[in-house]
Amino acid sequence: MGMEQGVTRMGQLITPNDKSGAAGIVTHRLEDLVNWGRTNAMWPMLFGLACCAIEMMASQASHYDASRFGMELNRPSPRQSDLMIVAGRVSRKMAPVVRRLYEQMPEPKWVIAMGDCASCGGIFNNYAIVQGVDEIIPVDVYVAGCPPRPEALIDGIMTLHESIRQEDFKTWSLERG
Amino acid sequence: MNHNDLVISKITGAFPDAIEETGMFRDELTVTILQEYVHGVCKLLRDDEDLKYNFIIDIVGDDYLPEYPRFAVSYHLRSMGNVHDFRLRTMVEDPDEGPKTIGDLWKIATWLEMEVYDLMGISFEGNGSQRRLFLPEDWVGHPLRKDYPLGYEEVQFSFNYDAIQEKKPYAGRRQLGDES
Repeated sequence: MGMEQGVTRMGQLITPNDKSGAAGIVTHRLEDLVNWGRTNAMWPMLFGLACCAIEMMASQASHYDASRFGMELNRPSPRQSDLMIVAGRVSRKMAPVVRRLYEQMPEPKWVIAMGDCASCGGIFNNYAIVQGVDEIIPVDVYVAGCPPRPEALIDGIMTLHESIRQEDFKTWSLERG
Repeated sequence: MNHNDLVISKITGAFPDAIEETGMFRDELTVTILQEYVHGVCKLLRDDEDLKYNFIIDIVGDDYLPEYPRFAVSYHLRSMGNVHDFRLRTMVEDPDEGPKTIGDLWKIATWLEMEVYDLMGISFEGNGSQRRLFLPEDWVGHPLRKDYPLGYEEVQFSFNYDAIQEKKPYAGRRQLGDES
């Protein structure tokens, strides 16, 4: 066996397996830690409605690799996810389903309207398509494009992360009401 | 005798008054018949040994709004054995009293008629499952009719942005303690 790896602190070797507390204490604001955790382990819901979903898949695949931001895990159940990416146009028949899925997600939860159709109806200005998914669920970030490139979606996710880092517990529910 | 002529002669032989007009467009035959003969003619076309139109491709509704009769229903039929397609057509004067269902001849026709009813509002006599197929169950109206309003939302430009923004609905987040 070679020499044990670790750092020396105050004359004492501390290994990664040392659980004695000798490594010391890190102090931090709880809000920052929680928000850090929320941003870096965000679980989007596996939920594609139209062609934007192809770009969403591409952004999660190896080339663009959304897992760099802790997002490699798409959950097939709304009960295990905290981010809803509405990827595509929402038809009037789909609207109650989208709302129900949103209600089934546990707090805290965020919504990204991906693409023009989800943001404002896009080219489908007619009776069959909901003119912006913000009519049925509250949206945090709108991503423009038809469809947006994976870079744009990742930028939208980064924007959402940025806003989550600003959140504080006291006003959390008030601000988002 | 080619299949186009054979179809016409067979229909005329069995139902002398049925055919209103026949037309050819790019070598494809359209036979327009009276509404009350639809079921009988379809049964003949399916069962006749020389015709054997054993496959119904589609049922289509048309809307010719200013004209009367306003609606038309087209049955696209195919004979697998003879490798021949043609279109059977009937004008519908009253959409509430449409042609008799052919769901007993081809099972899938029940669904195709349901689709025509959903989007065009032509009801088929004897079709037991006339309900919404594509649209939500509480939908009002039949969207593929020409008098159905197409647009939904006025487009926001710089000069009318605020006026539209005022009326635009936005969903809220349900708060803890909310009723409902």
